[in-house]
Amino acid sequence: MRITQGTFSYLPDFTDEEITAQINYALSNDWPLSVEFTDDPHPRNTYWEMWGLPMFDLKDPAGVLLEVNACRKANPNAYVKLNAYDASLGRQTTALSFIVQRPADEPGFHVNRTEVRGRAIQYTTHSYATERPVGDRYGQG
Amino acid sequence: MSTGTAFGFTPGSVSGPQLEADPSGEPEVEYLPADTVVDLAALRAESGIDEVLAKLDEELVGLAPVKTRIAEIAALLLVDRTRAKFGITAPQPTLHMSFTGNPGTGKTTVAMRMADLLHRLGYLRRGHLVAVTRDDLVGEYVGHTAPKTKEVIKRAMGGVLFIDEAYYLYKVENERDYGGESIEILLQVMENNRDDLVVILAGYQDRMDTFFAANPGMQSRVAHHVTFPDYTVPELEQIGVLMTKDIGYTFSDEAHDVLKRYLERRVGQPWFANARSVRNAVERARLRQAKRLLETGDAKVDLKALTTIEAADLLASRVFDSAPDEVLTAEEYTVRG
Ligand SMILES: Nc1ncnc2c1ncn2[C@@H]1O[C@H](COP(=O)(O)OP(=O)(O)OP(=O)(O)O)[C@@H](O)[C@H]1O
Ligand SMILES: [Mg+2]
Repeated sequence: MRITQGTFSYLPDFTDEEITAQINYALSNDWPLSVEFTDDPHPRNTYWEMWGLPMFDLKDPAGVLLEVNACRKANPNAYVKLNAYDASLGRQTTALSFIVQRPADEPGFHVNRTEVRGRAIQYTTHSYATERPVGDRYGQG
Repeated sequence: MSTGTAFGFTPGSVSGPQLEADPSGEPEVEYLPADTVVDLAALRAESGIDEVLAKLDEELVGLAPVKTRIAEIAALLLVDRTRAKFGITAPQPTLHMSFTGNPGTGKTTVAMRMADLLHRLGYLRRGHLVAVTRDDLVGEYVGHTAPKTKEVIKRAMGGVLFIDEAYYLYKVENERDYGGESIEILLQVMENNRDDLVVILAGYQDRMDTFFAANPGMQSRVAHHVTFPDYTVPELEQIGVLMTKDIGYTFSDEAHDVLKRYLERRVGQPWFANARSVRNAVERARLRQAKRLLETGDAKVDLKALTTIEAADLLASRVFDSAPDEVLTAEEYTVRG
């Protein structure tokens, strides 16, 4: 199941050229970017691992792409996303966030239906991948 | 982590883009047929190179070797572009440079200009300058240096990374010094990211020679070794006139004569720092002018008085004191000049 989330969730995955264009757009708005990765892509998991600190004062997308590639290399079987922050409101606001790498094989989610009092049903989404330990979820890391 | 390059990025099956751009949608580029004759003069006029060079010539006094080198680079760019029209593409030429010369010969000034110039000539995507020294690159403990250096490099991408007093990166006495780690990362970036940034190293000649001797990798990656000569007295004079003009002053005729005499004496004295000494002299003359204006009897001034530096403003300088052999400390020079 192809997981989608973030700003361009309705679009096919970007090529590096398209990613570069988005980075350019973010930089032209003075939005610092950061790279994050995870092998637990549950929709409620908002805390992905940070790949280094957000990158401030960059002028050119090449620097950002270097970190994206470094993160891809170190985590070839993880989800990697790029975030751009807009600080103009005086607080850290995510202006842009999109996936730049996904594992080759995405097993998807299982829905657990739990019958509770009054026969009401509680739903839980459960990621098949997380049945395996961290680092071992999407093939050999 | 075994790293092939500075950023741990070797394109391969498991890294790099997940998707390759689909070339089918791109329009076919049409090259000129091999027997076409191209008018270089027209291309040159069109590119705006001449205006850039003329402006440089006008705003920077002297510096013939530097200007020649820039003109060469500009010419190369034009020829490269023309070749590309025929379908011949060569990799981006190496533009890393080393600027050597005595204090105040204009190294920092030219580096700033260089970033803008290379941008206008189409070599750099952004054309900003990130100026750093050892402290910005080298960390204080194990594992601190690489992130620091990479951070700086990322900021400089698309522009010029200017490393002032580059020889401090390398400390001969201490083989455990972290500077070496920084140099190593720089070397990789200078090789692999030639399209992304230009590195300019600057420093005094003798120390840079030692630095390059100890780091042959650095020496060979720097394509342009540019030496900044000391300025002659007439050049310094011209610089002085330019500087005063920039800040809205002019020398009276007598003051101009005194400036010349001042410079002739100053050149041979200790702590002489070329154009910077001129700047300091101008700044001090400004101070004295202001004081003189306030102290004149009725203290009424017109625009001319406000903008003119008189001979007296320069003559009060220590440089004209009777004992020319007297050795002053650096501080005395800064205070009294
Ligand atoms: N050719 C020139 N024309 C006009 N002004 C100049 C020229 N060269 C230098 N200057 C002026 O002289 C001052 C000192 O120049 P700069 O800081 O570039 O010297 P530097 O070579 O970097 O010195 P250091 O080695 O001490 O860092 C600056 O204020 C600059 O504007
Ligand atoms: Mg300098």
